[in-house]
Amino acid sequence: MEPLFKTVYQVARADYTSAGHASADIKRKLKQLGVGGDVLRRVAVASYEVELNLVIHSLGGELELNVFPDAVQLVSADVGPGIPDLAMAMKEGYSTANDEARSLGFGAGMGLPNMKRNADEFNIESTVGVGTTITMRFHLA
Amino acid sequence: MTIADMVRILNAKVLIGADKLDTPVYTACCSDLMSDVLAFVDEKTVLITGLTNPHVVRTSEMLDLKCLVFARGKIPAADILESADEQGLVVIATKLTAFSACGVLYENGLRGVPVPVEWDSKEGD
Repeated sequence: MEPLFKTVYQVARADYTSAGHASADIKRKLKQLGVGGDVLRRVAVASYEVELNLVIHSLGGELELNVFPDAVQLVSADVGPGIPDLAMAMKEGYSTANDEARSLGFGAGMGLPNMKRNADEFNIESTVGVGTTITMRFHLA
Repeated sequence: MTIADMVRILNAKVLIGADKLDTPVYTACCSDLMSDVLAFVDEKTVLITGLTNPHVVRTSEMLDLKCLVFARGKIPAADILESADEQGLVVIATKLTAFSACGVLYENGLRGVPVPVEWDSKEGD
């Protein structure tokens, strides 16, 4: 099914200053489209987490927002480096973030579990040397 | 209590949102770890922090927080305050440490955000 609304944001590696701009824009756009309350908040949190992950861990990638009549979908796709141990990465408290990310208040190992908690559907696929794709869907009641 | 009460209790300086001080507040959280705030805070609450980078304001934006309290006399840079203003956040600063700020607010009736914490049985309860 074609989305009613679609937009794609480029997210650069290690761009800590701009991290969060895409998510702030996503939140604004969804608000304009009439999405509110609990769903909007969950999308915003998951979007910010996944955007931060792109900045902190990836070699760069893009974040896509698709709005369907019954759901909001976020797709994060990066160009590497891929996650060697997905089960570990999904564990709360496990993090490979660097000191810069930690000095900004991140890298507590909560990102992926928090995305999973906030999304109604969560899927992650990763291949070392290729990249990671995370797809999240949020049902619109 | 209201944010105005917090300002009085903390002897705080209002940096942004002087027109919203009558907003009621019931709970607060205190953290310098935005990861934890994003993961555990589920309500429109108050964040007390010593961290003054732009991500504190962005985290507040994503969570629709009501008020930011900067502890230890820290004042964030002008551009950070500007983005807080755009979002309609109230930002105040106190000379108290985060610990003392939490202490006096608690003493005056403000309570922590409920955070469900599960321990494995082997770690005790």
